[in-house]
Amino acid sequence: MTDEPAIDLNTPVGDKVAKTTCYMCACRCGIDVHLRNGKVRYIEGNRDHPVNQGVLCGKGSAGIMQHYSPARLRAPMKRVGPRGSGEFEEISWEDALGLAGEWLGSIRKTDPKRLAFFTGRDQSQSLTGLWAMQFGTPNFAAHGGFCSVNMAAGGLYTFGGAFWEFGDPDWELTKYFMLFGVAEDHASNPIKIGIGQLKERGAKVVSVNPVRTGYNAVADEWVGIRPGTDGLFVGALIHEMFRNQTIDLDYLIRYTNSAWLVIQDPGAGDDGLFARGEDGEPMVFDKATDGFASAMSADTTPALTGARKLADGRTARTVFELMAERFLADEYSPEAIAEQTGVEAKQVRRIARELADVAFEQEIVLDQPWTDWAGRRHDKMIGRPVSMHAMRGVSAHSNGFQTCRMIHILQILLGSIDCPGGFRYKPPYPRQAPPWLLPHGTLEEIRPDEPLGGPHLGFPLGPQHLLLDGDNNPSRIDKGFSWDAPMSAHGLMHMVINNAAKKDPYDIDVLFMYMANMAWNSSMNVPGTIDNLTAKGEDGEYVIPKIIYSDAYYSEMVPYADLILPDTTYLERWDCISLLDRPISTAEMAADSIRYPVVKPDRNVRGFQEVLIDLGARIGLPAFANEDGSPKFPGGYSDYMVNHQRKPGIGPLAGWRGEDGSQFGRGAPNPDQLERYLENGSFFAHELKPEQAYFKHANKDYLEWAVEVGFRIEARRTIFQLYCEPLQAFRLAAEGHGPRQPPDGHRERIRKHFDPLPFWYPPLEESMLEDAAFPLHAITQRPMHMYHSWGSQNAWLRQITAANRLYIHRSLGAKIGVADDDWVWLSSHQGRVKCQVRLMDGVNPDTVWTWNAIGKRRGAWGLSDDSPEANQGFLLNHLISELLPEGGGGYRYSNSDPITGQAAWFDLRVAIEKAQDGVQGTQPMFEPAGTGGLPPSPEKVAYGAEFKGSGS
Amino acid sequence: MTSLPEKTNKKLGLVIDLDICVGCQACATSCKEWNTGGYSAPLSDHDPYGADPSGAWLNRVHSYEVGEGAGSKTVHFPRSCLHCEEPDCVTVCPTGASYKREEDGIVLVNPETCIGCKLCSWACPYGAREYDYDDGVMKKCTLCVDRIYNETIPEVDRIPACVRACPTGARAFGDLGDPNSDVSKSVAKRGGYGLLEEFGYKPVNRYLPPRMGLAPGGDRVETPSPTASTVKPNGSAIERLFAWADQALSGKA
Repeated sequence: MTDEPAIDLNTPVGDKVAKTTCYMCACRCGIDVHLRNGKVRYIEGNRDHPVNQGVLCGKGSAGIMQHYSPARLRAPMKRVGPRGSGEFEEISWEDALGLAGEWLGSIRKTDPKRLAFFTGRDQSQSLTGLWAMQFGTPNFAAHGGFCSVNMAAGGLYTFGGAFWEFGDPDWELTKYFMLFGVAEDHASNPIKIGIGQLKERGAKVVSVNPVRTGYNAVADEWVGIRPGTDGLFVGALIHEMFRNQTIDLDYLIRYTNSAWLVIQDPGAGDDGLFARGEDGEPMVFDKATDGFASAMSADTTPALTGARKLADGRTARTVFELMAERFLADEYSPEAIAEQTGVEAKQVRRIARELADVAFEQEIVLDQPWTDWAGRRHDKMIGRPVSMHAMRGVSAHSNGFQTCRMIHILQILLGSIDCPGGFRYKPPYPRQAPPWLLPHGTLEEIRPDEPLGGPHLGFPLGPQHLLLDGDNNPSRIDKGFSWDAPMSAHGLMHMVINNAAKKDPYDIDVLFMYMANMAWNSSMNVPGTIDNLTAKGEDGEYVIPKIIYSDAYYSEMVPYADLILPDTTYLERWDCISLLDRPISTAEMAADSIRYPVVKPDRNVRGFQEVLIDLGARIGLPAFANEDGSPKFPGGYSDYMVNHQRKPGIGPLAGWRGEDGSQFGRGAPNPDQLERYLENGSFFAHELKPEQAYFKHANKDYLEWAVEVGFRIEARRTIFQLYCEPLQAFRLAAEGHGPRQPPDGHRERIRKHFDPLPFWYPPLEESMLEDAAFPLHAITQRPMHMYHSWGSQNAWLRQITAANRLYIHRSLGAKIGVADDDWVWLSSHQGRVKCQVRLMDGVNPDTVWTWNAIGKRRGAWGLSDDSPEANQGFLLNHLISELLPEGGGGYRYSNSDPITGQAAWFDLRVAIEKAQDGVQGTQPMFEPAGTGGLPPSPEKVAYGAEFKGSGS
Repeated sequence: MTSLPEKTNKKLGLVIDLDICVGCQACATSCKEWNTGGYSAPLSDHDPYGADPSGAWLNRVHSYEVGEGAGSKTVHFPRSCLHCEEPDCVTVCPTGASYKREEDGIVLVNPETCIGCKLCSWACPYGAREYDYDDGVMKKCTLCVDRIYNETIPEVDRIPACVRACPTGARAFGDLGDPNSDVSKSVAKRGGYGLLEEFGYKPVNRYLPPRMGLAPGGDRVETPSPTASTVKPNGSAIERLFAWADQALSGKA
């Protein structure tokens, strides 16, 4: 065909490729940003990057529209109208930093705890945490308390890792994969790549989720479980494992505390603790010597069963026996759990058989010698190719901690932790179980002008480690590490605003937040939160006197702050994704990465971390200011990334350390370190040797290397804690033992929930409500193309989802007489919301659900007042109370897991009825909260028109 | 009207695995991102921050359920031009702007000669053509013609943007006219099918069907007998377990 037009097939993509790290969600994938004439032409995945191996998700591929969002803040701002009005005046950075420094400096000199500093979806917690420690306030955490602390803490207390996000399934070798509720927006590319691999190989994927969307839609088998009952389902699987004798006994003896002896002496102060020898170590009964021996010794043949008489005449039994008794009880039989979970007994039985069949009949043997912790050489690595992954859906319940422990324990019983085909730790994990890190911030530790003695967040071993005064008053504003949430390893960010407004446990002066939309989708009870942010005392002043907020965009939180520190977009900033924080490692490599400014901001904005380091110097925090008051890191964040040392030789970045850049992990700061990162595509990866790649919890080569590079304090192995003794320590206190005991009103709650063996109990809210009044469960799912509230400002992503519907089962629709797009009222004990329904089959019949964070407030995110997000979109948050109903005694606990304080978003119970008023539009409707002085958003986008033609 | 080549040397197209696609929209947004600055630049968006945001997309993903009750399934279905062998969208074009390349079978629109009459979009039963109200011309999937032959980018990346981005590996690109190509082999192996073939346009793109999962309660493996041969016939489950544990471990160092 000679009449085909000639077209240019060789237009260069751009004139420059900048390799940096994505921030369209929490995955931290490597990206190649193609630039043409200084504008972003195209973003694709970095093929060399350990996280995404070249691919890029729907969010990452829409990064251009996030970067050029019209909702970007333009300059520092000071509030001039009332809170919530959105009336601001732009001020200079010098004025903004001067004001912040004055506010913060004065409280540090008098009472540092009057600062509450909480940092949302922060990817720089090792810096923000250090800053807060240096400030001396106990009031610091990021968003883990409302995200997945149940998963993290449940795993760390059990085996020094967790499904989220300290490990991965062995995607290459696993043959049977069980996936429990994950937030599909940010367990993104690694899981997608993995699921693709499994399906290609014909491995079986079983999903356990009340909703069949996304990953659940491609699963070979979908278990449409009732929310909050995963613990019953998993308990029944464990029941079947014990009943069928399909557990890995050798593995249990080798790697767990299953043979440790537990004192059986009800009423005594050490009942339920481990029987310990004179050296203080737990004991086992050694069959070889027919006597007691230290559980730490390698040279024993421990008995798994049998009651033993201790030297003092008391009885002790093994963890194994106690656990078998717990799970072989009728209450965990498949028949007993069927009705509550909505999962048929025969399905549970079959899945249990399939798990066992794959684990024991299809074991994997790798011809890879390795040496265990005790120096014993093994010829082969034996794997049980069953793997599991779980996250938000299990975490966000008030029984989540115990359920997370149970899922991890199921995998341990099958012998499939860090073996070929099983779950694999990502360095620096495993930690000890629990990690050797205690929380800091007792009232005695808080002194004017002094840093805190250590990090805020940690892992208490008993009541002695709580952050309480002698009268049991919490020292943290969020009541973390108090009797309300003793093991709150990530804090309780969701309680800060409520507690501060109620001056419970005390009043604060400055609330300082970063990247957390607390006036909207990141809070329970949005109307109540807004009331708290705007509450005034009798003196007419705001009860929370000063609010500083940093965000890149005009989110719903911005109008409630007094001082705005505008952040950059992800393509304009330095960042450090550190092994001291949340690693990007894979099971085979320890890795970290950076972001760097690939385009210059066209606005008067600064990266939040730059600002924090500047503020730290201004108020004289020792880590950020020299003795003469000059800044320690005059070059800002990039200077800090290279030159800050947490311990001698250990800094934010682990790659290319040492003066010549030859060291990994430990080494002197290297002035050329960032150059090396940039040359390598903004990441560093150290590959493990094949003999270190599995059994990391007990692998001598791995453990010794981990000490060398600073991941571990000593090379002692990690022993899996099927029986979690710290829980029993709290329980004993509740039973009246020890010097620190809970107030009487808390005793029963602690005694019941702090069971050292995992168990299931009904979610707290529903156990306090009449079932008939709120018969349905309500949960959210994450659209894969949106990361919490960020996606709606994205011109492309909001074309995919601009309004959310309430999805209900077809049978429920028939019952209440509604069809697609009809309006309904959804009500809870907290309030009610009006929204439109969509009928479907793939949902648990007793559950309704919607997409998270699509609903927006008018005025925010650069959207017009008539946008679908604001007029049809809605949030379930308005229905969720941050407090549980009063359970007697006048005290209302937070709506959280009683152990960790994890926000129980998914405990929500609701009732539904057809709306009869004939009025269109969602309710409640909030007044527009200004626009922050941003110019109107454009009526048309024709991005890329300037690229048309023959390239640069 | 516009004529088709008598035959094409290749039949370039996509193979999309519906068994693996999780509906993440990566193919849709990476397509938008590439093409808004590429051959079809720009892909305009109207009312992008307002009440009715809409724009030109060359690839869209639809998620829906098929069937009802226990046999129902959720399907994620990416949809773009299928580069038919005998497409009416080309033959109806009054100006020759729509054409099918002889070299590789790609169906393209020449924006210089397209008059925006929309006849082609009415002719296409797949809804694969997108009118750009801003530019006044019709736009469609080009199979990233400005990537796949582009000598300024690494050879490994000379694939359509959607295939490059797809995180699950659900998309593949190749010559479906060559029975020995990887894409043809996977179509043969998995029973790949063309969309609405009864219309007779001979679509080139192929979809690999979802493997139907198990209904709850369905059996896959035979129930094995308890693995231990030493189970005592009597006693409670817990007694049997402990007896098994003792025997299984006896004699082991």
